[in-house]
Amino acid sequence: MADDLYGPGQQEIDKLYLRLERDAKQGGYNLNPDVEFVKGLAKGLLVNEMRYGYRACPCRLASDDKIQDKDIICPCNYRDADVAEFGACYCALYVSGAVLKGDKELGSIPERRPPAEERQKPGKASGPELSAAGFMKL
Amino acid sequence: MNFEHVAGKDKGKITLYALSTCIWCKKTKELLAALGVSFDYIYVDLLKGEDRNQAIAEIKRYNPGLSFPTLVIGEKGIVGFREKEIKEALG
Ligand code: SF4
Repeated sequence: MADDLYGPGQQEIDKLYLRLERDAKQGGYNLNPDVEFVKGLAKGLLVNEMRYGYRACPCRLASDDKIQDKDIICPCNYRDADVAEFGACYCALYVSGAVLKGDKELGSIPERRPPAEERQKPGKASGPELSAAGFMKL
Repeated sequence: MNFEHVAGKDKGKITLYALSTCIWCKKTKELLAALGVSFDYIYVDLLKGEDRNQAIAEIKRYNPGLSFPTLVIGEKGIVGFREKEIKEALG
């Protein structure tokens, strides 16, 4: 299973990296300071975009159904809660200020997305994961 | 299912269920390679149809949340890139 036989080129990856960096800054987020790590994830996002037509989270198994995967299109619904609680999003693309300063170490974190059986059917009202992402400030 | 095999020291059956796009999965695979143990791995996102269903069913035995990487060492499942735990399990 060769990973690099097909897929996005370095130029595209670098372009997305710059874009992610710019968007993160503008939105008050921090990218993981490990550039190679972030570029690896940028590549994963581009691969998923080619494969599924949307940028599904590179660290989760996508269903190839955009509506079912709505909560894991990057940036996913779980990013803010994970950065706040664990210092990083699930993939560690985004990190907290403390991680950036080196006050907190990075590692794999638990999966916040509910298992498929417990997930709300798409199209229903927002679940708790949406409030965790800060979309219920009304 | 076609697992890829990485040759190394025999520490029993070690199976890594990974995604080809996930960096923690990559780190886990690199750690196993650096430890020099023999293991099998598979990229579940590249599987289709029955192979994919079978892989998912196997992973769920150890990790009902179906997250990646899921590493199975003997009968022990380790979820996520947990360097210390992996090293201990292989120690
Ligand atoms: S975990 Fe991180 S990389 Fe994955 S979708 Fe969420 S924000 Fe994007």
